[in-house]
Amino acid sequence: MAAEHGTAAEALVGQVVLPGDLLLLPAHYDEDAEGERLRLSAGAAPQGRLLCGPGLRRSGAGLLVTTCGLLRHRPGGGGAYWVDSQQKRYVPVKGDHVIGIVTAKAGDVFRLDVGGSEPASLSYLAFEGATKRNRPNVQVGDLIYGQFVVANKDMEPEMVCIDSSGKSSGMGIIGQDGFLFKVSLGLIRKLLAPKCEIIQELSQLYPFELVIGMNGRIWVKAKTIQHTLIIVNILEACEYMTAEQRKQALAKLSGN
Amino acid sequence: DLCLSVSPGDTSVLAGLYGPAEAKISKELPDRAALEVLLRPKVGLPGVLERSREQLLRQTCEAVILGVLHPRTAISLVLQVLSDTGSLLSCCLNAACMALLDAGLPLAALFCGVTCALQPDGTILLDPTARQEQEARAILTFAIASSERKVLMATTKGSCSVEEMQQCLAVAQRAATTIFQFYRDSVRRRYSKS
Repeated sequence: MAAEHGTAAEALVGQVVLPGDLLLLPAHYDEDAEGERLRLSAGAAPQGRLLCGPGLRRSGAGLLVTTCGLLRHRPGGGGAYWVDSQQKRYVPVKGDHVIGIVTAKAGDVFRLDVGGSEPASLSYLAFEGATKRNRPNVQVGDLIYGQFVVANKDMEPEMVCIDSSGKSSGMGIIGQDGFLFKVSLGLIRKLLAPKCEIIQELSQLYPFELVIGMNGRIWVKAKTIQHTLIIVNILEACEYMTAEQRKQALAKLSGN
Repeated sequence: DLCLSVSPGDTSVLAGLYGPAEAKISKELPDRAALEVLLRPKVGLPGVLERSREQLLRQTCEAVILGVLHPRTAISLVLQVLSDTGSLLSCCLNAACMALLDAGLPLAALFCGVTCALQPDGTILLDPTARQEQEARAILTFAIASSERKVLMATTKGSCSVEEMQQCLAVAQRAATTIFQFYRDSVRRRYSKS
């Protein structure tokens, strides 16, 4: 596939793209040539700006692919293109909900390991109902589920355990017991998709608690240690199993 | 992330890429990622030859990695030689590129390594074995980028004229197309499973 001179972006949606491929956008996205063309057919040019998602960079007339993966497109709201790639290393992004491990307490902030290149900081006041006198009971080694409020390449990432209205909405310190393990980011995105089959099938097997962090970490807790380990093994294996194999494995387990 | 690279003649190199991870204060760069390459030979301790190859690999990788997206981080690439029957440097280059691709690091382009051996009678051999390398008059290794087949790195051992080098370069650029197609096919195979 000769991609040196660029191929149309729409032609490659759903196919594998490699770094260095140049994607050409349809003419009505080109803002520079606005004055030159007359918009003859009403409704042909979608309103709004084109969103250039992860794995793509703007370069000249088109988009340059920077990571290998499948090219995806969402037509709504001006359109968005991004590259769906399988990765294990997490890069903090603002707004992502992640599971962090407390590594140190430095004065008024906790240092959390989130799997990125730097430890994130979490202020002790960033919990629901926390005041200067009412401090949260966080020890080194605890698991915290929170979201990033500052996450860019130039600054140290900062997390909070409350949302914009001050409520915790599920975030905070994760309780005792349970099992924390790491999977690839692609599997996390699959699990977090609405109506994920894997989670529905697993919930019919045993009752369990599940916390999924966008940094590749999953925390599971079921009634007994055996059930917990079985669920962990199934989730880890889900990455490489097809739907058929998974159904077979679950049928074997529920038969026991 | 690990990947294995095999070139014709059973030279194989195992590549492991770690990063972007936290960098030591002494090594971190304020505006880009600091790349470190370690090449471990099959037997013995790494010597001067390994160090010079590490620098060549590092400069090639730095030309394609978009380091400005990850300032103050460290990216480590560790290459272990499993077997060497000729064209080792180009095998290392290919392994490095596949490791970068596998790990999902942002790259501006792909690159591949091609070795040409110039025989005493003037014929050009691609991917020479160890024996052919010894008999050759000159061995040229090129790192070629996927964007317009530009040359990222060229290193020569032995003596050859400028015209001969241009001819080897042309042959290497044609061979690079096959390697890039192989990259594309293997990535396609990997993504077809999910």
